[in-house]
Amino acid sequence: MGSNLFFNYFEATAVIVFGIGFTILFLDRNLIKKVIGFNFMDSAIFLFLASNGYISGRVSPIFEDGVTAAEHYINPVPAGLVLTGIVVSVSVTAFLLALVVRLYLRYHTLEMDEIVALSRKEADE
Amino acid sequence: MNLVQNFPFFCIMLYLAGGVTCCVLTPKASRAVCIGLNLLVTALMAAALAFTVRSGESYVYLMGHFPAPWGNEIRIGPLETLMGTAFPLVMTLTLLGGMDHIFEDVEEDKINLYFTVVNLLMVSMLALVLTNDIFTGYVFVEINTIASCALVMLKYKSGKALVATTRYLIMSLLGSGLFLIGIIILYNITGHLLMEPMREKIHELYLSGNYAFPLTVTVGLFAVGLSLKSALWPFSAWLPDAHASATAASSGILSGLVIKSYMILLLKIFYRVLGMEVVLSTGVLNVLFVFGIGAMLFGSLHALQERDIKRMLAYSSVAQAGYIFAGFGLGTAEGVLAGCIQILVHAVTKPMLFSAAGGFMTVSGGSRQFSDLHGAGRRDILSGIAFTVGALSMIGIPLFAGFATKLVLTRASLATAGWKCVAALSAIVLSTVLNALYYIPAVALLFDKREAVHISGVKAQPSAVYVLSLTVFMALNFFVGLRSSLLTCILEAGLNVFS
Repeated sequence: MGSNLFFNYFEATAVIVFGIGFTILFLDRNLIKKVIGFNFMDSAIFLFLASNGYISGRVSPIFEDGVTAAEHYINPVPAGLVLTGIVVSVSVTAFLLALVVRLYLRYHTLEMDEIVALSRKEADE
Repeated sequence: MNLVQNFPFFCIMLYLAGGVTCCVLTPKASRAVCIGLNLLVTALMAAALAFTVRSGESYVYLMGHFPAPWGNEIRIGPLETLMGTAFPLVMTLTLLGGMDHIFEDVEEDKINLYFTVVNLLMVSMLALVLTNDIFTGYVFVEINTIASCALVMLKYKSGKALVATTRYLIMSLLGSGLFLIGIIILYNITGHLLMEPMREKIHELYLSGNYAFPLTVTVGLFAVGLSLKSALWPFSAWLPDAHASATAASSGILSGLVIKSYMILLLKIFYRVLGMEVVLSTGVLNVLFVFGIGAMLFGSLHALQERDIKRMLAYSSVAQAGYIFAGFGLGTAEGVLAGCIQILVHAVTKPMLFSAAGGFMTVSGGSRQFSDLHGAGRRDILSGIAFTVGALSMIGIPLFAGFATKLVLTRASLATAGWKCVAALSAIVLSTVLNALYYIPAVALLFDKREAVHISGVKAQPSAVYVLSLTVFMALNFFVGLRSSLLTCILEAGLNVFS
């Protein structure tokens, strides 16, 4: 078990970073930090994928010098998945930040607790 | 290949095109496009449903002419087409029922965006139901997340809706993060993304005993990630605010359809990716079962304390989602069947209740508090009748849709041995009593003769589409209640060819 942890250090790092990001997104009260946490989480997944896709000693999957043997190249699918993931992550981040801007303009704070309290008060009036 | 077999693919593309078109149209034109598209897709999917039911088999449709295990695929069978027919139909009726509120609640220059979002939501829900590729599933989960959050947010100058959207989005992102890392770990140990090759590999791994730990972790990640998104108790804290603060149509769509699409995806993953053998060996179904039972009871208990009609309905959704997970959690074919029936029953009932709640708000000065709703059912008699039908259905009175679930779920629990049988049966009984305890007083209050002074004498002037929507909803309720055997037949055929 321990030796695997060292052998798969990219994956181990990725899972630890994922955990950090997940905790920040879940527990931190500051909205901007939450957005950062979300990006930590997704970047960890991309690291996981990218490290899977890389095989040492092989080259990126673009034909060069007429070599067609699959053993010469790395697997391009994880890179494709990372790209898709980045697109999704960017759009979600944009949406989240747009929401944060709207909330800040309305309540003049970035702390989620204060915002919730203010919005409750607003409904009571 | 038969022409009908192309229809599900056409539907996804039609919605995509519709979504793009709606954002440059005027509000009324985009409304026409959206409603027209939903009706067209309902017809197309009904044709596909008839085809798959007649053939009794499912087929795989290649997206882009790359055969398995490389290309992308959608898979169409009776279960998928039945859901694919029900979703756009319910969507049409919900939109028609809440149309007046959409035009009041949403800023005028954003109404076309509302319909854009609805189209995108339908793309993602259809794709989640039909897809045969797990990463495509993830991409559409995220589209679904953004679209459903946008539906909550698109309400004119409502701070509460903004806050609810933020909480909803954060919880959804936590769910989809877990779901994504689950997919990646599974891809890591199987090397596939299409569901069939993945399942073959997982079966091999399960027999050989290799990678047992990552496999267990992924099962857990999928279960937690998707139950976060489908509001399974105790992960449902975000739901009442998000569903209650949105406009009437959005509430109906979110409660009736959006959370269901994740449940179908979870079912798909259990049956088609992991295989029931692996899932049963991890015991995750027991956890889902216990949470489902918890949802049935605690959702109702929360609803009982609520003085706000839309929050009450939202908590009732938590309880009703519990029935679905309790059915899935039984781990038998009958249990899954009961879960699927409940998906349809709740989809035809809850949007009707939310539309009726919107009608009551109109005749009660826009208030959602029960204290202002005394006699609202008398001021708006059609909404009153629809709410009563919905309430009786949710309680599970025979003739109404909700009875079908209770019947099939009871039958399924009786067929299970051990503690699950006892737990499920007692939960069904208790939950029925609890449902009656908050729905019956609500109905009584709505038909109360003592009205609040400042709003007495207001009469409802329901628009034609509102009348049409509620009438069809009520008819559907009776149809599902009286002809549930028909649905059971289709779903059984679908589940037989599902795995």
